Amino acid sequence: MTGLRSIETGHSSPVFGKLSWDAIPFSEPLPLVAGGLVGAGLVALLAWVWRRGYMPYLWKEWITSVDHKKIGIMYCTLAAVMLLRGFSDALLMRSQQAIAYNSPGYLPPDHYDQIFSAHGTIMIFFVAMPFMIGLMNFVLPLQLGIRDVAFPTLNSVSLWLTAVGALLVNMSLVIGEFARTGWVVYPPLSELRFSPGVGVDYYLWAIQISGVGTLLSGVNLVTTILKMRAPGMGYSRMPMFCWTSLATNLLIVAAFPILTATLAMLTLDRYLGFHFFTNEAGGNQMMFVNLIWAWGHPEVYILILPAFGIFSEVVSTFSGKPLFGYRSMILATMVICLLSFMVWLHHFFTMGAGADVNGFFGITTMIIAVPTGVKVFNWLFTMYGGRIRFTTPMLWSVGFMVTFVIGGMTGVLLAVPPADFVLHNSVFLVAHFHNVIIGGVLFGAFAGTTYWWPKAFGFTLDETWGKRAFWFWITGFYVAFMPLYVLGLMGMTRRLQHYDVPGWQPWLITAGVGALLILCGIACQIRMIWVSVRDRHRLADLSGDPWDGRTLEWITSSPPPPFNFATLPRVEGEEAYWDVKSRARDRRQLSDLPDYDRFEMPRNSPTGFVTAFFATGMGFALVWHIWWLVIAGFLGAWATFVVFAWRDEPDYEVTAEEAEAIDRDRRAAKAKLLDIPAERPA
Amino acid sequence: MSDEHSHVDDTRSAGQGHGHAAPGEQEADAKANVGKAVGIYATGLLLAGILTAASFWAAGSHAIFGPAVPAALIALAVAQMGVHLVFFLHITTGPDNTNNVLALAFGVLIVALVLVGSLWIMRHLDHNLMPMSSVMDMQR
Repeated sequence: MTGLRSIETGHSSPVFGKLSWDAIPFSEPLPLVAGGLVGAGLVALLAWVWRRGYMPYLWKEWITSVDHKKIGIMYCTLAAVMLLRGFSDALLMRSQQAIAYNSPGYLPPDHYDQIFSAHGTIMIFFVAMPFMIGLMNFVLPLQLGIRDVAFPTLNSVSLWLTAVGALLVNMSLVIGEFARTGWVVYPPLSELRFSPGVGVDYYLWAIQISGVGTLLSGVNLVTTILKMRAPGMGYSRMPMFCWTSLATNLLIVAAFPILTATLAMLTLDRYLGFHFFTNEAGGNQMMFVNLIWAWGHPEVYILILPAFGIFSEVVSTFSGKPLFGYRSMILATMVICLLSFMVWLHHFFTMGAGADVNGFFGITTMIIAVPTGVKVFNWLFTMYGGRIRFTTPMLWSVGFMVTFVIGGMTGVLLAVPPADFVLHNSVFLVAHFHNVIIGGVLFGAFAGTTYWWPKAFGFTLDETWGKRAFWFWITGFYVAFMPLYVLGLMGMTRRLQHYDVPGWQPWLITAGVGALLILCGIACQIRMIWVSVRDRHRLADLSGDPWDGRTLEWITSSPPPPFNFATLPRVEGEEAYWDVKSRARDRRQLSDLPDYDRFEMPRNSPTGFVTAFFATGMGFALVWHIWWLVIAGFLGAWATFVVFAWRDEPDYEVTAEEAEAIDRDRRAAKAKLLDIPAERPA
Repeated sequence: MSDEHSHVDDTRSAGQGHGHAAPGEQEADAKANVGKAVGIYATGLLLAGILTAASFWAAGSHAIFGPAVPAALIALAVAQMGVHLVFFLHITTGPDNTNNVLALAFGVLIVALVLVGSLWIMRHLDHNLMPMSSVMDMQR
């Protein structure tokens, strides 16, 4: 590690800050080759886009888009790409541990530490979060029966700031290094004294910048749900996904400021010599642990609640029944929302607190399993007596129920403080949280993606490859993580680069095989998308309602027009679209023609992308102490905001005739779907 | 309602045309009422200034019985919070204010949970450690 020495000695030039050629890890071929390949791939892709003349399309229709549907799709794309990066880290770790019995393996400790830190950071902040936020962005306005979110341009800013964070994390692969501290950067290890390199700084600024995006997104979606529902859609008529999204976004707004403040204090320690979390001068590193988990536990519910909403929609649709216990489901969601702020100490039972504190937080942790159990029973009763169609989204949902219950029960076990004293920091814990995050959040993301894909693109995903992907994923998951439970009970701690216990190796090799099975699952998913795009005419969804859906997103066409609804639907019950559909079936006639009227839609704006451009420069400069660039980046981002605030024409108009023309096609498709006579032109 | 375009504007219906809006209640049609809005903020600023000055005066002068000064300061601080909530954050009893009130309640609850929880946790940290005097004894 000679390359890092000069970074650590702290030479700083006024032009390049701490940045020098030593920052490129020439001594380590792995990240350089990987980074080089990905970089070359990106350049090739850009060149192809440029040559085919797609650049203006990409700029006008996607990058500057303020359409919530396109922003949602871009969020999910970002998540999918980062999933590949995070998963390749997982493969590295599994293979290292499979061979590292009494041997150094092939990853030096210094590199291995960066890999597990990057894996956690990426999977939580840049896979799970954008996947869920993307699905909420795409679905919420459609389900609420409205034309866009409350603040469309702010939405674009949120997306691009999240992308900046992801970019900074990936940059650290080839320029400098990433944190070697684990994904929650506990001090004092993350303090300047023990982590003098730029790794922790990359982490801090990536999370801070993308955290701003997440917080803005939370504000945006809370406002959207509270203030902008279709006429007649009271709170007790909102689809379950809207309810869980409301809870999630309330949690984002309440919890993310804690993360921002905590990381800001660590930043002050590292940059300006403060002593919030140091060992000396009155600092207390335990305060960091306390604060980061005061954010961290609500965070896991931020991730899982939208997934609960997705499963509710999927289970209800494919069982052909209304969701069982709708009101108890709302109550359970809101109880989880509140309780999630009362359990955070269970992440550090072993920190030294006495029986009063540990007992209190242990019991609240067990209580939070109750509303979750209510939800599981509600899904089961929704399925009970239903005519279930086992499509891919339904498979993911059933797979989730089984897997999540197992993960939840190991969670309740860990909530018992004496048991936690044995299992704390072991791979049993690693198995537990992968059990709930993969089995819950990721399966939810996959279920949601398959379920709403036809709405986004106008064709369904190939079922054969989707089912293959599911079976590989779920077997791969069990083969990869059940051995970790065993290893945890055998005493193996997490984050080990090598070990000398012969009994562990067979289990670790098994876990490695599981990771390979998951790799097959991912390959099937890539193949699934490829096949589906190729066969898009065969798979086309012409009716806008491929699953016999019950909520408002299925009333519009697939893909929906930019304004979603020509006229805002009127909601008269809990299942808005199902009511309309049943009435049309009974009367053998579509609903009466509405009165079309002109309305305005927000114009596209490059504000988000330009802000992100400057934020990238600022983040990179902050990592490397290039102060002039920090100032320039900040001023640029600020100027972009001012220009946007003083814009002249924020909206464009859709005339009544345009709306009517588009709606006529939609009504014809619905008439065909319901097999009722098409309307005569008036 | 069906032709309503997609901006946050359904606050418009309430509070408008009624001559009896609660103090601090925001008029949604901002352009026509800039003067009134400025008036609300100016009133708030004035009241906040008076309360701040009163706090300094209460602490500095001897007009108040010494041991009662903390009580006076607390009373003034509570009044100050009320002024901020009503005139700056527009928390009122107006008809469309449920969301604001609930948001405030949620915020207060979360802050209280995190603060009280953190204090309790941090006080308990050394619970499993031996008292310092015993450590000293052992080193003897």
